[in-house]
Amino acid sequence: MTFWNDPLKVAADWLTGIFTGWGMPSVGANVLVAFLGVLMLITILMVIDIFLVWIERKVVARFQDRIGPNRVGPFGLIQPFADIIKLMIKEDTTPDSADKVVYNLAPILSMMSVLILWAVVPLAPVMLGVDLNAGALFIIAAGSIGTLSIIMAGWSSNNKFSVIGAFRQVAVMISFEVPMLAVLLIPTILSGSMGMNAIIQSQNIWFIFLSPLAALIFLIAAIAELGRAPFDLAEGESELVSGYNIEYSGMKFGMFYAGELLHAFTFGGFWSIFFFGGYRFFGLELVSPFLAIAIILFKALVGYWVIMWVKYTVMRIRIDQMLAFNWKFLTPVAFVLVMVTALMNTLLRGADSWLFITGMILSNIIVAWVSMEIVRSVSKQERERVEGVQQVAEAHH
Amino acid sequence: MIPLSWFLILAAGLFSIGLFGVLARRNAVAILLGVELMLNAVNINLVAFWRYGDILLMTGQVFAIIVFAVAAAEVAVGLALVISVYRRRSTVVAEELDLLKW
Amino acid sequence: MTGEQVIFLIVGAVTLIAALMVVTVRDLVHAALWLVATLFGVAIIYTLLNAGFLAVVQVVVYIGAIAILFIFAVMLTRRQAADTGAALNKNWWAGALMAMLAFAGLIFMLQSWSGFQKQAAAIPLGFDAVNQLGSALTSPAGFVLPFEVASVLLLAALVGAVYLAFNKK
Repeated sequence: MTFWNDPLKVAADWLTGIFTGWGMPSVGANVLVAFLGVLMLITILMVIDIFLVWIERKVVARFQDRIGPNRVGPFGLIQPFADIIKLMIKEDTTPDSADKVVYNLAPILSMMSVLILWAVVPLAPVMLGVDLNAGALFIIAAGSIGTLSIIMAGWSSNNKFSVIGAFRQVAVMISFEVPMLAVLLIPTILSGSMGMNAIIQSQNIWFIFLSPLAALIFLIAAIAELGRAPFDLAEGESELVSGYNIEYSGMKFGMFYAGELLHAFTFGGFWSIFFFGGYRFFGLELVSPFLAIAIILFKALVGYWVIMWVKYTVMRIRIDQMLAFNWKFLTPVAFVLVMVTALMNTLLRGADSWLFITGMILSNIIVAWVSMEIVRSVSKQERERVEGVQQVAEAHH
Repeated sequence: MIPLSWFLILAAGLFSIGLFGVLARRNAVAILLGVELMLNAVNINLVAFWRYGDILLMTGQVFAIIVFAVAAAEVAVGLALVISVYRRRSTVVAEELDLLKW
Repeated sequence: MTGEQVIFLIVGAVTLIAALMVVTVRDLVHAALWLVATLFGVAIIYTLLNAGFLAVVQVVVYIGAIAILFIFAVMLTRRQAADTGAALNKNWWAGALMAMLAFAGLIFMLQSWSGFQKQAAAIPLGFDAVNQLGSALTSPAGFVLPFEVASVLLLAALVGAVYLAFNKK
C-alpha cells in the first residue's frame, strides 16, 4: 500500500485535493497543508514533551532509589497533566520593574529554539521537514536563539541574581558551542555532506565505531548546551537562587522547563542521528516509515536516558572549572580530532573497510590517550606547585 | 521574480541607516551597532550580485564569508577597546572621550 | 505580484524599521535586540537569494556571537540599569542629512546603471552552493589565500581583544 510507504505524501495529496476541491488556489492549498504539517509535528512534540516530564521524574526516582510519581493514574501517568493544571492556575507574576515585552518574549523564544530544531530532523527516509544542506550548522544556529532567550530572560527580570545567572549560563553555552561545532565536522567529513539525511544514509557503519571520541565530545558539549548537570548553573539554588529564570512563575516558567526537557530529548535524537545511524536499523527502516519513526524515537530516548544518567550521577562543577575544562581541554582535543580524522579519511579513502575502521578507531584512541597524558602531566605539575606554595606558607608561620 | 533593484535599494537603505547611527549616536557601543548595519548592507549586495551574476562564480559568497570574519574581528576588538576605555575613563560616550582635543 | 515578492516586501520593511529602531532607541539593550531582528531579516533575505548556507552562518555568527557580545558589552559599560540622557548627539540632523544624501546618491548612481532591473537566471540543475563555496574557499585557483588571511586576522583579533580587555592586577 502506498500509504504505508509514504504516509506524509499521501496525506498531503489527499488534503490538497480536498482544499482545491473547495475552490482554493493550489498555492494557497499547498501553504495550508504545509502549515497543517508543522502544526501536527509540534502537537506530537508537545505531547511527547508532557510524557518526558513523567519519564524524567520516574527515572530520577529510580536513580535515587525512590518510586517516583505513582498516585495519579496508572504508574502516575496522569501526573504531568496534574502538574500542567497546577502551573496554569498559579499566579502569573511579572516584576514591577521588569521590561515587560522582553520578559514575556523570552520563554516563547526559548521554546521556539527547541521546536525549530525538528525542522531538520529526518524521522524516516521520506519524512523530514527540510533537507537543509547545512543541517549540522542549523543546530548551532537554533542553539544561539536559545542563548539569546536566556540573556533576554535574565536581563529583563531586572534582578541581579537573574542577570548573573544568565551571564554564566550564556558564557557556558557560547563556549561549548565551539567544540560542538568542531565535532559536528567529523560526521560531515565521514559522510561528505552536512545534510542530516545524507549523514544517516552514509552510515553503513555507525559513526560511533569510526569516531567514539567525537561522540563523547558531542555528548559533553550537548549536556553543557542543555544546561544539565554537571553544567546545571540554572539550577544552582544555593549559589544563584536558580539563575536566569528566578522571576518566572506559572506557565512561563513551565515553558522554560518543558523546553529544557524537550531540548534534552532532541539532543538525544541528534546524538543518535550523528553517531548511531538515526532511523537506520539493519534495513528495518525500509519496511515502513512508521517503523523508522519508532526506531529514531527509541534511539532518541536512549540518548535522553544517557543524558539523565549523567545528570543524576555527576555533581555540579564551578563556572571557572567549566570554562577552563572547555577552553583548555575540550576545544583543543576537538580541533585535533577534526584534523586527524580529515587526514585519516584522506589517507584511507580507497582502503578496505576493515582497515578503515581500524585506522579510525586507532587514531581516536591515540588522540584520547595523548590528551589524557598531557592533562595528567599538567595536573601533576600544578599539584606540585600548589604543594610547594603551601610548604613555603607553612615555613613562614 | 524579484528584480535586482529591490535588493540594492534595501541594501542602500540599510547602509544609510547604519551611517546615520555611526554619525549621530553618542554611545560608543551604539556606534559599533551602526557599523554592523553597514556591513550587513554590504553583504546583501555581495550575495545579490552573486545570485544575479554568474552563479558558478562564487566570488560574492566568498567575499560575504570574509566580511563575516572581518565583522567578528571588528566587534571583538572594538568592544574590547570600549571596555578598556570604560575602565580608565568610566564613560563610553564618544563626546566625553576628548583627551586629544585641546 | 508573486509570493516571493510579498515575502520580500514584508521582510524588507521589517528589516528597515528594526534598523531604524537600532539607531534611535535610547536603551542600548533594546538597540541590540532590534539589531537581532534586523539580522534575522537579513538572513531571510539571504534565503530569498538561494544562499541558505550564508543565512545559517549569519544566524550563528551574528546572532549567536556578535549580538550577545554587544549585550554583554552594554551591561559591562554602565553603572545603572537604564540608559539616561539623549540617545543622539547635538549634530544628529547633520548625520541624518549625510545619510539621506548617501541614500539618494546611491539610488541615483544605480538608476543610471543598465543592469539595475536585472532578473535572476535559473539555478542550474544539481548546483550545490555549499559544495561550490567549499571548493572555492580551499582551491589554490580560488580563494585559499584570502581565506587563510581571514583566519590570521581572526587570530590577531583574538589576541588583541584578550590583551585589551585583560584586567592587569
